[in-house]
Amino acid sequence: MGVAHPRELSVDHGAAAAAARLTVVPQRRYGIWIGTAFALLLAFLIVRAFASNPAFAWGTAAGYLFHPSIMRGLANTLILTVVIMVLAIIIGTVIAIMRVSPSPVLRGFAGVYVWFFRGVPALIQLIFWFNLSLLVREVSLTLPFLGTIFSARTNDFMTPFFSAVVALSLCEAGYMAEIIRAGIKSVPSGQAEAASALGMPYRMILKRITLPQAMRFVLPPTGNEAINLLKMTSLVTFIAVDDLFYSAQSIYARTFETIPLLIVVAFWYLTVVSIMSVGQHFLERHFGRSDTRRDPLTMRALRNAISLRGIAR
Amino acid sequence: MSDVRSENRARFGVPTDSMVFARGVRKSYGQLEVLKGIDLDVAAGSVACIIGPSGSGKSTFLRCINHLEKISGGLLLVDSQFVGYDLRDDKLYEVKDDLLCRRRAEIGMLFQSFNLFSHMTVMENLIEAPTQVRRIPPDQAKAEAEVLLKRVGLLDKIDRYPRELSGGQQQRVAIARAMAMKPKVLLFDEPTSALDPELVGEVLQVMRDLAESGMTMVVVTHEIGFAREIGDQLVFMDGGVIVERGPPREMIADPQSPRTREFLSRVL
Repeated sequence: MGVAHPRELSVDHGAAAAAARLTVVPQRRYGIWIGTAFALLLAFLIVRAFASNPAFAWGTAAGYLFHPSIMRGLANTLILTVVIMVLAIIIGTVIAIMRVSPSPVLRGFAGVYVWFFRGVPALIQLIFWFNLSLLVREVSLTLPFLGTIFSARTNDFMTPFFSAVVALSLCEAGYMAEIIRAGIKSVPSGQAEAASALGMPYRMILKRITLPQAMRFVLPPTGNEAINLLKMTSLVTFIAVDDLFYSAQSIYARTFETIPLLIVVAFWYLTVVSIMSVGQHFLERHFGRSDTRRDPLTMRALRNAISLRGIAR
Repeated sequence: MSDVRSENRARFGVPTDSMVFARGVRKSYGQLEVLKGIDLDVAAGSVACIIGPSGSGKSTFLRCINHLEKISGGLLLVDSQFVGYDLRDDKLYEVKDDLLCRRRAEIGMLFQSFNLFSHMTVMENLIEAPTQVRRIPPDQAKAEAEVLLKRVGLLDKIDRYPRELSGGQQQRVAIARAMAMKPKVLLFDEPTSALDPELVGEVLQVMRDLAESGMTMVVVTHEIGFAREIGDQLVFMDGGVIVERGPPREMIADPQSPRTREFLSRVL
């Protein structure tokens, strides 16, 4: 203490006091003001166009919002999205694990899978699976000595809904595989090394160490994929699965109220996407919990509150 | 089990108190020979410190001991047993993964970058391997973990994530995690090299306590002071061979080989 004091005294406080009397003039950002004015003007014009043009027929759109066939379509869209996403995550995880496996054959197989299913447009894959019967008339399983276990005509089980699930989950799995592989790669190799030094076998390391840590990297892009997939399911309209878009189409094909029904469809897609974004936020927070330090300010406030209460008593 | 040990002892002339027994250990990556015949004896309860310039093969040798790297030639026994092989009819059969894992679990390893599982709290890090690999009931594993954390002085960090700890604290947790498997030997791969200078001491203190409690340790380090104080033998490696070995104090005070002398003059 005695040593530090004279040193502090030697500091000249005159300059700091002089500086305190000066005023700071903020920089003028004219560009931002001009941009803001333009944006406001544009927003006004768009809103006016939407509100004043009678062809939008907002009242008609509102009337169709909860129409039974729209509700059925929405339900089908949601079911498709959930089923396809779950299958895509399962298949994608398997493909991703194959892609990081020590076996070159497994790596090659997974590589070709990703190359093919990401390379061919989803719509073409969809129509291909729907028309599988042109390629394969009958699917049967025949075992030696036991004979035919089962046999089915392709047309009987390749319903529009089933083809949609097969096509889009295989396609989406290609994207998921890449996301999960990137996640696995992003986990530092020291983690797996430490785990094997502790005697953990390869499968346990994947399940308990590598994949849980990969989750943190995998979740944000998976949320985006799920949102994309929700919108991508509108492609199934082409093979007559009655999803949200198809239901709207079949109504405006009769009534010619095209724009109001497209508004209804857009409304529901936007609503679901918004809900999914909120869910994604909470999921990310859950899996990122080891990533965020405990906020020191919150902790201090908490401690102060507790000690204050102690004093008050 | 003990049968295999006594057979190996008789066959290869392994001393009865041997924990690590290396004879002519070689390791190559393709054309590059990293280890060119390493002989080393580490007796149970003793501390061997390995020093040497980077690229001299000391870390590779350490990783060979617990079979993280397969050796290309020579003989390497831990507690008079092969780690990755079974010897039958004059052939070395590579063991299945689960047996390899069981044997590896008895050899603890510490890393330069700590490698605590970053998605787990301190407690979860400590009980992961005991409960998953050894199938110890969680309550028992937790009780043992608390004893170990107390020993390294970090009982108050039990629910923290690794990121919330300093480097020195992380390495102390890593030591406790390795100890939770009750290993026969601990391998340290430059345990203090990634630490800020003021944090080195706390890790070395924990290692000193371990050594005094009779733990067998093989330590690759740049801390010459630690080697002199704690080591029972000092090994200087360079270019994939052991250049010089001996009692640490004598070797540091009076190195015989010019290469040892040059290295010591640079690090001291």
